[in-house]
Amino acid sequence: MSNITDLSLSELVSNVKNKKLSSHDVTSEYVERSKKSKNLNTYIEETFEAALKKAKEFDSKPDFNKKLPGIPIAIKDLFCTRNVKTTASSKILNNFIPTYESTVTQNLWNDGAILLGKLNCDEFAMGSSNETSYFGNVISPIDKDLVPGGSSGGSASALAAKLTPATIGTDTGGSIRQPASFTGTVGLKPTYGSCSRYGIVAFASSLDQAGPMTRNVNDAALLLEVMSSFDNKDSTSVDFKRPMYSKDLSKDIKGKKIGIPKEYRVDGMSEEIEKLWEDGKNYLKDCGAEIIDVSLPHTKFALPTYYIVAPAEASSNLARYDGVKYGFRTEGNNLIDMYEKTRSAGFGDEVKRRIMIGTYVLSSGYYDAYYLKAQKVRRLIKNDFNNIFQKVDAILTPSTPSSAFKIGDKSNDPVSMYLNDIFTVPVNLAGLPGISIPAGLDKKGYPLGLQIIGKSFDEQNILNIAYSMEDKINFKFNLKEWWMND
Amino acid sequence: MTKDYLIERNGKKYEVVIGLEVHAQVLSESKLFSTSPTKFGSEPNTQVSLVDAAFPGMLPVINEFCIKQAIKTGIGLNAKINNKSIFDRKNYFYADLPQGYQISQYKDPIVGEGNVVLDLVSGSKTIGIERLHLEQDAGKSIHDIDPKNTLVDLNRSGVALMEIVSKPDLRSPEEVNVYIKKLRSIMRYLGTCDGNMQEGSLRADVNVSVRKQGEDKYGTRCEIKNVNSIKFMQMAIEHEANRQVDILEEGGKIDQETRLFDTKKNETRSMRSKEDAHDYRYFPDPDLLPLELNDEYVENIKKEIPELPDQKKSRFIEKFNLSPYEANILVSDQDISKYFEAVIENSDVKLSSNWITGELFALLNEKNLEITESPISAKNLSKLINLIKDGTISGKIAKTVFEMMADGDKNPIEIVKEKGLKQQSDPKELEKLIEKVINDNQDKVREYKSGKEKLFGFFVGQAMKVSGGKANPQIVNEILKKKLK
Repeated sequence: MSNITDLSLSELVSNVKNKKLSSHDVTSEYVERSKKSKNLNTYIEETFEAALKKAKEFDSKPDFNKKLPGIPIAIKDLFCTRNVKTTASSKILNNFIPTYESTVTQNLWNDGAILLGKLNCDEFAMGSSNETSYFGNVISPIDKDLVPGGSSGGSASALAAKLTPATIGTDTGGSIRQPASFTGTVGLKPTYGSCSRYGIVAFASSLDQAGPMTRNVNDAALLLEVMSSFDNKDSTSVDFKRPMYSKDLSKDIKGKKIGIPKEYRVDGMSEEIEKLWEDGKNYLKDCGAEIIDVSLPHTKFALPTYYIVAPAEASSNLARYDGVKYGFRTEGNNLIDMYEKTRSAGFGDEVKRRIMIGTYVLSSGYYDAYYLKAQKVRRLIKNDFNNIFQKVDAILTPSTPSSAFKIGDKSNDPVSMYLNDIFTVPVNLAGLPGISIPAGLDKKGYPLGLQIIGKSFDEQNILNIAYSMEDKINFKFNLKEWWMND
Repeated sequence: MTKDYLIERNGKKYEVVIGLEVHAQVLSESKLFSTSPTKFGSEPNTQVSLVDAAFPGMLPVINEFCIKQAIKTGIGLNAKINNKSIFDRKNYFYADLPQGYQISQYKDPIVGEGNVVLDLVSGSKTIGIERLHLEQDAGKSIHDIDPKNTLVDLNRSGVALMEIVSKPDLRSPEEVNVYIKKLRSIMRYLGTCDGNMQEGSLRADVNVSVRKQGEDKYGTRCEIKNVNSIKFMQMAIEHEANRQVDILEEGGKIDQETRLFDTKKNETRSMRSKEDAHDYRYFPDPDLLPLELNDEYVENIKKEIPELPDQKKSRFIEKFNLSPYEANILVSDQDISKYFEAVIENSDVKLSSNWITGELFALLNEKNLEITESPISAKNLSKLINLIKDGTISGKIAKTVFEMMADGDKNPIEIVKEKGLKQQSDPKELEKLIEKVINDNQDKVREYKSGKEKLFGFFVGQAMKVSGGKANPQIVNEILKKKLK
């Protein structure tokens, strides 16, 4: 057998179920590899000892009916975990230990998974490069100068470096799909309402959605199956019949109609991306799908709309971090002084920028011109998709306008950073599911991804399309383990 | 028509225009968006969930019971129930506001326009209701326990409030008194708010402006925040209206501002001006979907609505021939009306009404008791009234019996039997008794017969006295009339 850490999630599951591997075998391999990979700065909190103990417990009383029997998983530090520090990569929550568990992570543990640790991300998930974290930037295993993308950068980096067999992230404007694209991994943002938001540190409530990040499509289907549930603790959770995504996974996409939106051919898009997209179409044709040119006319308004709606909600969601009840506090002369000092010291620049933008667009006199208008445009963007989905079953686009950029390249230019989300943001605004799969390499040898967007709650369909394409693409990346310490 | 409430200055008359924003705590076991209990008077911070304390990742979930309570109240206010309403966030920072925003309803409240009818001495008056919306209460900041720190109690954080906004239709402190009492009565009938002002279940922001009598345009208003008793509301209005009139008379201008009522000094003080007003940055709460109610849902709630004070009053007047004044007193409080209806089940209506509003109220007043704590049960009062009605005892004796009943809710029939208080109604017995009175007072008889008819009362009194108060006064009257002819 090859290295344990080379196995996919599904392979690990079947090996454990067949008793070829114990949970402890698997967990200790991942712990060892994670310990040697500190250079990537992926972990904020390691729970290795507890994980090994739990693995032993599992092995002493194994339950092979679980979908993730004794499988160790490291997760983004935006999910609240009982008795394990949860920071959202912010100084303001640096000392915060929840007494409760998010629904999504609880679902993982209920199905046998074991927490390996909490992974770095952009502060409050605000960022596209994992450079806004209070705990320092994450480095991509693809190359030491590269960002892993963001905000689920720690998750993407840990997954690509094989420090965890799979992971979960959150996606508000592309925070799962963009880092997946940058690191040659699979990332799925489910339909809004599929995964409960209960216990996830909120960024923008109407956009946030948790999703799986995995090494292949099959794993994504399996993990989504475990994560997704109806939850009456989240009023926006939707009670629909959830399929057995992994069991129902199929490569039969014959006759499926796939839309190619012309508005996604943006100015200055590189030939490499053009070619990647073209290749994607051909793979789909090879699988028997039909390619249809479509139009999503309001696409160009998606980014400005997003950067009004998301900061508006964030400015309000982050008001609770005020030094009064929990988390970091700087003492002050009076209440207002304490607020100002606490929030000045507790939040990083990008978070402050978005709180200010959000406060501005909600202010009286500006509300109608910004927030209200953005809501209307959001409706139009959603309508665009609804119209197209009368004609097609799914949409194919590139995941990002470029491959991963270098650390520091865009950190002083917020607008150019925001442009990175141009293909992913419309999906969140419309609440639709989208999956990014690795589809090729650019000239520098860095991974590139393609995105498949589906109808609401039609995850099975985009998983099937991705599953078929994955086979044709046969993506390979030769990971040189340059970051490892002995 | 009684005199209007007007403020006179230098020969000019000013009318006072008042609108109220009443905050009524929804009667509910748990909070508006969490399952925490709402019990009043609990140890600080013992009725607090992670949601109420705004822990990271916590989400509000609407408590359907509170929604039903708001709908019921809306129906009680003859108001439109909106099929779609939206919960908004009202953003501001304060130590006892854990989320950094209050979830409230802004542009789309659950209840729209309605009205409340007031029964005033001058007749009835309809006060318009602008809207009713649901919102969360904040916690409590306590500044006087620790010398250096402010302590926060979150027990109230997240408790459901109904804000009931009136139109500026009120014109005097007395109307405000009647309005608050009527609102409270309606909500108590509905069981949607206990109306307990001492516990803060009912408070109001009072908007006051003045204008010269006869003018159409409203004056600039000031809002007096968070007044928690009817008396204070009346005092605050009186003070504020006079303050405004003084400013106008001196040629000044009223600044639109928020003021506080200082109950110790009996004056209002500026809290913040319009310019300093918070920008609350209202926007729809993305954690909550719009609240959609179909007509059937509302219709089903309508079926649960009990008879409300106005309907009950009409019924009492029509069916029992009570005066509007009496009916009003009897329906103002649901417990009083229940008591009344229990008494009249087996007794004379008119006598029951008299005894309840007379003797019983006096007794309750004296002992400072609510009708639910009445020392005399409806059942026993009913028996007493029947004893009067069938002539077993006189009204006068009944008062004595009533006093005895109050000590441990005693059965009046037994008291009458025990103490031998049964009225003497046997004409033969009474005739003997009266003959004795006449014989003993021959001089008075002469005077009477010579024209001093006023002395008739004297003979009645003597007869009653001789009988130990037990003689049936009616029969005594009849016999005396015959004998003294």
